[in-house]
Amino acid sequence: MNKKLLGYVALFGAIALLPAFGVYPVFVMKVLCYALFACAFNLLVGFTGLLSFGHAAFLGTAAYVTGHALKVWGLPTPVGILVGMAGAAGVGLLFGLLAIRRSGIYFSMITLALAQMLYFFFLQAPFTGGEDGLQSVPRGHFLGLDLASDLTLFYVVLAIFIAAFWLIYRIVHSPFGQVLTSIRENEARATSLGYDTGHFKLLAFVLSAALAGLAGSTKTLLLGFATLTDAIWTTSGLVILMTLVGGMGTLIGPMVGALVIIALENKIGDFGNWLGELTGIAWFNGLGESVSLVTGLIFIVCVLAFRRGLVGEAMALWEKRQRPS
Amino acid sequence: MTEIFGIPLPALLGQLLLGLVNGSFYAMLSLGLAVIFGMLNIINFAHGALYMMGAFFAWMGLEYLGLNYWFMLGLAPLAVGLIGIVIERTMLQWLYKLDHLYGLLLTFGITLVIEGIFRSVYGVSGQPYQVPDALQGATNLGFMILPNYRAWVVVASLIVCFAVWALIEKTSLGAKLRAGTENPKLVQAFGINVPAMVTLTYAGGVALAAFAGVLAAPILQVSALMGSNLIIVVFAVVVIGGMGSILGSILTGLGLGIVEGLTKVFYPEASNTVVFVVMAIVLLVRPAGLFGKEK
Repeated sequence: MNKKLLGYVALFGAIALLPAFGVYPVFVMKVLCYALFACAFNLLVGFTGLLSFGHAAFLGTAAYVTGHALKVWGLPTPVGILVGMAGAAGVGLLFGLLAIRRSGIYFSMITLALAQMLYFFFLQAPFTGGEDGLQSVPRGHFLGLDLASDLTLFYVVLAIFIAAFWLIYRIVHSPFGQVLTSIRENEARATSLGYDTGHFKLLAFVLSAALAGLAGSTKTLLLGFATLTDAIWTTSGLVILMTLVGGMGTLIGPMVGALVIIALENKIGDFGNWLGELTGIAWFNGLGESVSLVTGLIFIVCVLAFRRGLVGEAMALWEKRQRPS
Repeated sequence: MTEIFGIPLPALLGQLLLGLVNGSFYAMLSLGLAVIFGMLNIINFAHGALYMMGAFFAWMGLEYLGLNYWFMLGLAPLAVGLIGIVIERTMLQWLYKLDHLYGLLLTFGITLVIEGIFRSVYGVSGQPYQVPDALQGATNLGFMILPNYRAWVVVASLIVCFAVWALIEKTSLGAKLRAGTENPKLVQAFGINVPAMVTLTYAGGVALAAFAGVLAAPILQVSALMGSNLIIVVFAVVVIGGMGSILGSILTGLGLGIVEGLTKVFYPEASNTVVFVVMAIVLLVRPAGLFGKEK
C-alpha cells in the first residue's frame, strides 16, 4: 500500500515539475482536464460496467454553466466551478433516472440520445452563444491566487485533479465501490444479496457526471471559452477512446489514454507531413485534417486486439512475471 | 382555405408528408438495426455511415460512371452489402462471444473511419443530386400539391419494409433466421450454416440502410455527415419501439416521423428534440419500449 502511495506521490510530483523542464503548462493542463474527464467516465464504465455514450453532456453542461457564472454573473472562480459541477450533477441525475431503467446496450443508446437532445438545446438556447460559443470567460482568482498566469493556474488545476483523483480512489476502494464492482460482475447476484442495484447505479452515474462536470468547468477556466464541441457526441466518443486506450477499470489507465490521444491530436499533422515526406504520397500531408479517420482506426485496433488497454496489458504482463510458472 | 388550429391545411399536409418521408428512413434503418441485433447481438453504430455511403454511391455512380438513379438504387445496396460482408468477416465475427459494448465500440470506430475517408475526399459540404426525370414535378391532389419524388420515397420504403417483414415472417429462410436468433447452436445442429446466415443478415441489414441512403440522396444533400445525425435519432427510435418486433420497428419509425413533422408545424423549436422527448416519456411509462418484451 505504501509503495502504491509512493508511486502516486512520485507521479504527481513529476507532473508538478514538468513546467520547470520547459513543458508548455497549457498542454499539461489540457491533458489533466481530459484525464479527469476520462477518470470520471471510467468510474462508470470500468468499475460499474455501464457504458455511457453521452458523457459529453456533462462536460458541456458544466463548461457552459461555469462560463456563464464567471462571465455574466461575475461569481468568484471557486463558486463558479462548484456551480458548474452542480449543474452537471443535476443533468446526471435526470439522465441517470431515465437511463438506468434499461440495461446493457439500451443504456448506451439512451445516454447517447439524451446527450444529443441536450446538444440541440445548447445549440438553440440564448445563453450559450450558439455556434460561436461562450467566449472570453475571465479566470479570476482562486483563494487569493491570481489565475491570469498560466503557471499559477497550472498548480491550481493540478491540485483540483489530485483531489478528484483521490476521491475516485476512495470511491473505488470503499465498500460502495465494491458493490459497484459486484454489479459490474453480476448484477443479478448483487440484487440477490440484498443490494438495491438501481440505487447504486444511479449514485455512481451522478458521481461520474459531477466529476466529468469538474473537468468541464476546469477546461472552461483554462481555455476561456465553452463551445458546442464540448457537448457534441464525438466528444463522448473521444472519452470512451481515451479510457479504452489507457485501460478500462484501471485507475491510471484513463490518464495515460488522455495523454496519448491529446498528444496524437496535437501531433498528427506533423506526423502526416513526416509520412508524406518519407513516402512521397501527398495524401499523408492532409492527415491532420482527418483526425477522426485515425481515431477510428485506433478504436478498431483496440477493440479487436487490445481490449485491456495500455495499462491493463502492462499490468497483465507484470502479473505474469510475478508468478513464475 | 381550410385551416386546422390556425395552420393552413396544405402546409400541414406538406409537413406531414415530410414527416412520413423521414419516418420511412427511420423505419428502414431501425428495421435493419433490429434484424442485425437479433442475429449478431451487435448494435451496428456504422448503420448511419453505411446509409451515407449508399447516398454517396448513388452520387458517385452518376458523377463518375454516368449510371442513373435507377441503376444505383439496385447497385449501391449491393455494393454496400458486399462491404458489409467484408466488415462482418474481418472484424465483427471475433466479437460475438464478448460483451455487447465491444460491438458498439467497434462499429463506432468503423463509423469514424468511413466518415473520415469521405470527409478527407469530399469535405463536409453537401453534393447536390438531381431528382430522377420520371419523378420530377408534383401532382395536384386538390387539397394539396404532392411532390412526386416524396410520394415515391414513402411508397418504395413501405414496399421494401413489408417485403422484409414477409421474408422474415413468412418464408422458410425467415423461419431459419428466427430460429437462429432464438438458439443458434440448436439450429446449427440441424445442419444449417449459421455463420453464413449471420454474415448474410449483416449484409442484408446494411444493404437496407444503403437503399434508404439512395432514396435520401435527392431530398437531402449528400454529405459525409448525413449519417451520424440520423443514427442517433434512429437509436432513440429503437429504444422507443424495442427491438423485439419487425412490424413494431416499422410502425414506430413511421409514427415518430409523423410526430416530428407535426412538431415542425406547431412548435418548430422542438422539432430536433421531440423524438428524444418521446423516448424519455416512453422510458418512464413503459421502459421495455412500445413493442418490446419485459425481460
